[in-house]
Amino acid sequence: MVRAQQAHSARIHKGILDLLLDPLLACNALLAFTFLYFPILMLVLFSFSSSRYASIWGGFSLEWYAKLFHNPDLSQALLNSLLIAAATTLIATALGTLAALGLERFPDRRRASHYDAALTLPILVPDIVQGLALLLFFVLVFNGLEHVFDWRPALGRTTVIIAHTAFGISYVAVVVRARLSGMHKSFEEAAMDLGANEWQVFQRITLPLIWPGVLSGGLLAFTLSLDEFVITFFTSGPGATTLPIQVWSMVKRGVTPEVNALSALMLLTSIVLVTLSVMLQRRR
Amino acid sequence: MWYLLPPAVWLGLFAFLPLGMVAAISLMQRGSPITWEFTLGNYARLADPLLLTIVGRSLWMSSVTTVLCLVIGYPLAYFIVQRRLHVRTLLYFLTLVPLWTNSLVLIYAWMVLLRVDGVADQGARAVNWIATDQSLNWLYTPGAVVLGLVYWYMPFMVYPIYASLEKFDWRLFEAAQDLGASRLGAFFRVLVPLTWPGVLAGGLLVFIPALSNFVVPQFLGGAKVALIGNVIQERFLSQPQDWPLGSALALVVMLLISVAIWAYFKFAYEGDAVG
Amino acid sequence: MARYAWLGGVVLAIVVVVGVMVAVNSDQTRTLRIFIWEEYIDPAVYTLFEREFGAKVIEDNYGSNEDMRAKLQAGGAVYDLVVPSDYMVRLLRQDGLLLPIDLSHIPNLTHLAARFRDPPYDPGHAYSVPYQWGITGIGYNQKLVHPAPTQWADLFEPARIEPYKHRISMLNDMREVIGAALIASGYSPETIDPQHLAEAQALLLQQKPFLAKYDSESFEDSLASGETVLAHGWSGEIAMAQSQNPDIAFVIPAEGTFVFVDNWAIPKGTRQKELAEAFINFVLRPDISAMIVNHARYASVNDAARPLIKPEILNGPSYAWPEDSKVWWLNDFRDAGRLYERVWLELKGR
Repeated sequence: MVRAQQAHSARIHKGILDLLLDPLLACNALLAFTFLYFPILMLVLFSFSSSRYASIWGGFSLEWYAKLFHNPDLSQALLNSLLIAAATTLIATALGTLAALGLERFPDRRRASHYDAALTLPILVPDIVQGLALLLFFVLVFNGLEHVFDWRPALGRTTVIIAHTAFGISYVAVVVRARLSGMHKSFEEAAMDLGANEWQVFQRITLPLIWPGVLSGGLLAFTLSLDEFVITFFTSGPGATTLPIQVWSMVKRGVTPEVNALSALMLLTSIVLVTLSVMLQRRR
Repeated sequence: MWYLLPPAVWLGLFAFLPLGMVAAISLMQRGSPITWEFTLGNYARLADPLLLTIVGRSLWMSSVTTVLCLVIGYPLAYFIVQRRLHVRTLLYFLTLVPLWTNSLVLIYAWMVLLRVDGVADQGARAVNWIATDQSLNWLYTPGAVVLGLVYWYMPFMVYPIYASLEKFDWRLFEAAQDLGASRLGAFFRVLVPLTWPGVLAGGLLVFIPALSNFVVPQFLGGAKVALIGNVIQERFLSQPQDWPLGSALALVVMLLISVAIWAYFKFAYEGDAVG
Repeated sequence: MARYAWLGGVVLAIVVVVGVMVAVNSDQTRTLRIFIWEEYIDPAVYTLFEREFGAKVIEDNYGSNEDMRAKLQAGGAVYDLVVPSDYMVRLLRQDGLLLPIDLSHIPNLTHLAARFRDPPYDPGHAYSVPYQWGITGIGYNQKLVHPAPTQWADLFEPARIEPYKHRISMLNDMREVIGAALIASGYSPETIDPQHLAEAQALLLQQKPFLAKYDSESFEDSLASGETVLAHGWSGEIAMAQSQNPDIAFVIPAEGTFVFVDNWAIPKGTRQKELAEAFINFVLRPDISAMIVNHARYASVNDAARPLIKPEILNGPSYAWPEDSKVWWLNDFRDAGRLYERVWLELKGR
């Protein structure tokens, strides 16, 4: 009798806690999304304000957007960012896919897992360390080249591209690896049994199967390069100011809501890119 | 396999060699920018209690950030995963958008929100929480720095946890409940241990970059609180110039991160064994 | 599968086009690459120069002398002009990063005010030509700060700054901040006496809780917008703040302060030395100098430009010169600088 009572009260206890769980979770989610989006929405809102100070509403106006379009520094920075991102994506995707394929096929599994770890290293190294490492690298290499060949290259778009690919390759490799490991080797083996050579197998079987992964990886490398700030900060030179660097100087100077307008546009771009990425992931 | 050769050469040259150079430079003397004389002086200087305080504070802030991201992020991921498909996709999408938006812009948004006479102040005055000539003074404080770090890295925590939760076999959860556990009990006894690798991955993705972030302390902290990232950045691109010391500090950060990663591999796989 | 092939083809095409663009993107016209402080020149000057000399001008910015120096050391020799401050000219010379200037290409040098001729940091203008100058002082909001500050002590004394807690900013510059504390303590800002520096450090640590921030880049904006009411800053920026908010005033502290001159210099490895010298000469034209001052508000070294400058600027903070108080030039310390670095780290790290 007592035991039944205890069991009964125990069940009620669980019931109350369980009852609270859902509302608490919903609350948390609501707070979290408010936290995440309030600054963003406020930023976008004030991009339409005519007041020079970004926290006082001064009436609706599109002047900051107009100013943006007439800002030559900004258009140059945007162009640089796109060029660098495009070049980075090309190199990182190619090399990253090769790395993924190579690791997947590697006969010695133990050594492969070590190379795997080495490949993931650039993702884990903090950007500031990568940035300064590359700065040091370029300084020393340039000095060396000057001594030996009497030719001194300089920091610029090329050095930024090299810097971005250094981590881009790892990201692409990780994404393609994930895709590859889900793939059945049997397809490839069957094709080879049927007489196809390695290149044909790659072209007709492997590539189409990993293509969504390659695209995902490429998109990731593109977005990362576009948004990259710290490493670019350390390795950029004349004519290589990228959009994040430009934003940094605008934010530092605490200037007008032009930054707000720029942010709103960048947000729009992010939304487009995220949509693309989510759609790609859905195509499993 | 020849496939590995091109990426290996590229990464070897542009990712690993530079890191090696950092190690080499840390053993040199400062100059303009470097004097090529061997010295262990930079590492000796690391024993400085001031530098240790700074490193300690950076570790502390990183840890606090990671824990906060976890405490908010895990229930958030859980909530999203529980929704119906269309709502779930939408919410997942909403969580990713800040991740793919330029972080500097987001930090700027917080500056505008928190500054004197900013939106937070105006709101607080509107509800009479403070007088009209007073300010909350939330900007330029260590709290603002933590807030900025949590904001910046929250999506990094949610992303792997969500991925983990998506792959989770919910039948195990139901089984636990059938065996008498409450939902909360099942949550902690079944779900969390089995999604542990996701949690650890999220933790790493937050802890590591938060440790060396210098933008947030500079903007939201008013450059009043020097974290290890600031010290390193100043040694390279600002004053006082001291590339060797900066390199030594960078290696210290790498060491701390390696410890964190080692802990990840150790506990992530142990977790698997238990599950 | 066909869908992806199509998409892949499009992407590849875009990438190839972009790649070709990058490869082909070499500048055919003469280009002058200038590395300069942010908002330190009127962009209209570039347009005029481009038209007159048939060249293109590209500007890159830096926020500190050290940042610029680091980039030059790292091989930024593709810049044709940089704008180092006085002490940095000497440092860059010692680094071997500057080219000697051919003064025969700069006849407008005669327009220089006597005060800036033959400077101690670069005798005979061998490597640099002065551009703009300024003074460090205190900017404040006249309506909100009573009584008005007149000396450094007004920025440091707790009783004085208590009413303005969290509304005060100091520069984020080691020498300027420590210098101010030293002068406030009654010492020379060039001292290397550890005792003096210890006192300065104590003063700074005592001040820190009252500060909003250390900021060298947007302090004038914060002052103009009302976020801060007292700001440690440079004359030109405070003048800019004043033009946006008439309540802003500037004072040169009675105990004395730093004066600085920013100069044009030509980095080693430039391919456009004569074009660079032509630009320096161009800027020294009275009308051009005046245009820059009227836009950027910083004081020009060009005496001949004075008649063309707006009176409110001539009478404003930009051209303020301390008649009675002491003026120091910033000098680099070499090894003794470590003491200052220590103080700075203590200040930020505690």
